[in-house]
Amino acid sequence: MRIAAYWSQTVRGILRIAYKLLVNDRAKFAALLVGITFAVFLMVQMTSLFAGVLFRASATVVNVGASIWVMDPAVQTVASSIPMPDYMLDAVRSVEGVKYAVPISSGSGLAKLRDGTYQAVNVVGLDDATLFGRPGLLQGDIRDIYADNGFLVVKDSEFSKLENPKVGTDFEINNHRGVIVGIAQVASSGLFGIPTLYTTFTRALEYLPQQSFTISYILVEPKSQNDVARIKSAVGRLGYLALTKQEFMSQISRFYMYQTGLGLNLLLMTIMSFVVGLSISGQTFYTFVLENLEKFGALKAIGAKGYELVYMILFQAGFTALTGYGLGVGICAGLLFSAKLKVPDYAAVITFPILALAFVMVLIIAGISSYIGVRKVLRIEPFDIFRG
Amino acid sequence: MAQVAIEARGVSKWFGEGETRTVAVHDVSFEAKFGEILYVVGPSGSGKTTLLSLVSGILRPNEGTVAIEGVDIWKLADNALADFRLNRIGFVFQDFHLFPRLTTAENVALPLFLKKRDWDQSIAEARKYLEIVGLKNRADLPPVKLSGGEQQRVAIARAIISSPDILIMDEPTASLDGDTGRNIVSFVRNNILNDKRCIVVVTHDARISEFADRTLLMEDGKLKGIEKGNTHA
Repeated sequence: MRIAAYWSQTVRGILRIAYKLLVNDRAKFAALLVGITFAVFLMVQMTSLFAGVLFRASATVVNVGASIWVMDPAVQTVASSIPMPDYMLDAVRSVEGVKYAVPISSGSGLAKLRDGTYQAVNVVGLDDATLFGRPGLLQGDIRDIYADNGFLVVKDSEFSKLENPKVGTDFEINNHRGVIVGIAQVASSGLFGIPTLYTTFTRALEYLPQQSFTISYILVEPKSQNDVARIKSAVGRLGYLALTKQEFMSQISRFYMYQTGLGLNLLLMTIMSFVVGLSISGQTFYTFVLENLEKFGALKAIGAKGYELVYMILFQAGFTALTGYGLGVGICAGLLFSAKLKVPDYAAVITFPILALAFVMVLIIAGISSYIGVRKVLRIEPFDIFRG
Repeated sequence: MAQVAIEARGVSKWFGEGETRTVAVHDVSFEAKFGEILYVVGPSGSGKTTLLSLVSGILRPNEGTVAIEGVDIWKLADNALADFRLNRIGFVFQDFHLFPRLTTAENVALPLFLKKRDWDQSIAEARKYLEIVGLKNRADLPPVKLSGGEQQRVAIARAIISSPDILIMDEPTASLDGDTGRNIVSFVRNNILNDKRCIVVVTHDARISEFADRTLLMEDGKLKGIEKGNTHA
């Protein structure tokens, strides 16, 4: 309350002056806004695309929803599974603290469509006994997955690549007959733009080319959260790796970020957008301050204190930054929204960390821009005004 | 006997040190009284503007003291001195230094904003002062739409809106043609000067000399003499 009163009584007038000086210089204000808006737009757009890609890369982990994933230590993404021997399933089941453990297989197949063309598909084989990790069904009966050649097809943006199959539609997969027995939906579509089919673990082994080992992952449910560490340790002693769902997603993110060049490109784009924003707004703000420098000096002579002039500069920089930030985020969100109307599974997501990152970047731009202005204004001596 | 408004004693100012040291003002003493217009004249580089800055609390002297209404201004802390200037001294700059992006009324009201006065009341007050300087109908225009003489009047209105005891005018006619310059100074003499105000004018414009009560003659940073004169009166 006291702070509000202070601001109201002491700085409202000079801030209003600062505001008018800023927005009444329309050309410079527009240039400042364009610089910051463009920088924010670029950054939010790039990082939201990257976040979308990372989220999609973990689609299977999200959709299956297991608490703990046991895998070969060399696995880096869920799509690049390394089969494990069957005895691992029993070994994991015997670990203290494991409530249950089931196998899952994941692999790629080639579907031959009715028009004779081929379409790559991702086939997920669920544990025959429990069907743990099964998707929700839009059409069909889950029990039909046990019927001959039964497959569930996920209805996502890739669904049409299988010619929009219906329950009862048949096709060939790796030269075996398959029949759609259910239309499913999942929380997240995959990254690679291929349709996903679900079937039983046993049928997946029949349909997909196999090596001597067959289990892609072992999905584990601990008896309690306290057992997670024990399970991870016991699996580690067996020479394999147990990761929680969140850890597995983080590992996948790290892989794409640090080992594919995506992260480096993102960093470069972020730096570029920062530099572009800083260059445009910094230069324009500097010109703006220079243009008013003698007037600020005159204000000093009249009786303005240094900190009041600093308030004015900071307010101008802050107001421009926040307006540009709002515009940048708004335009980006609008464009992503439009894109998602056209492409429902468009891989982009604006997260709070992205907004926070862009906000920090904008604050830095505003800080650097205003620092230059503040230095100039503090250095101007009223005597210089008299001297002309 | 008029009260002393400004008392400068042994004021000196130099820039640089050693071989590069340049003395701008050397050992100048004078008094300015309320109710008078005091001119500071001299050739270019004689130290007029430096002296004006020293006595108005803008440039700290190397030696000497400056007292305004008995207050030794150079003993004040920076913020206190800024407040002192804001409340007691009005400035009219040679190039006016009006903000082109503000209206005329907002420019005039600037000292009141710095004094944390209410915005609307300040603007209303500024309109009154614009009326005093004959620019009532120009209040909502930007200064760039005004002539040089009108801009000078706006600058005067801004300088006097906080009712300062001391009015400092730096080359008030330098940017104006002869007639306009005379009109401005005449206006100041007749409407702005009063018994409780002292006006110090730096000028080298001989055409307005008639409006001075006294004139300080500066040369090479030294006070060469004080001439009395108010042919206007």
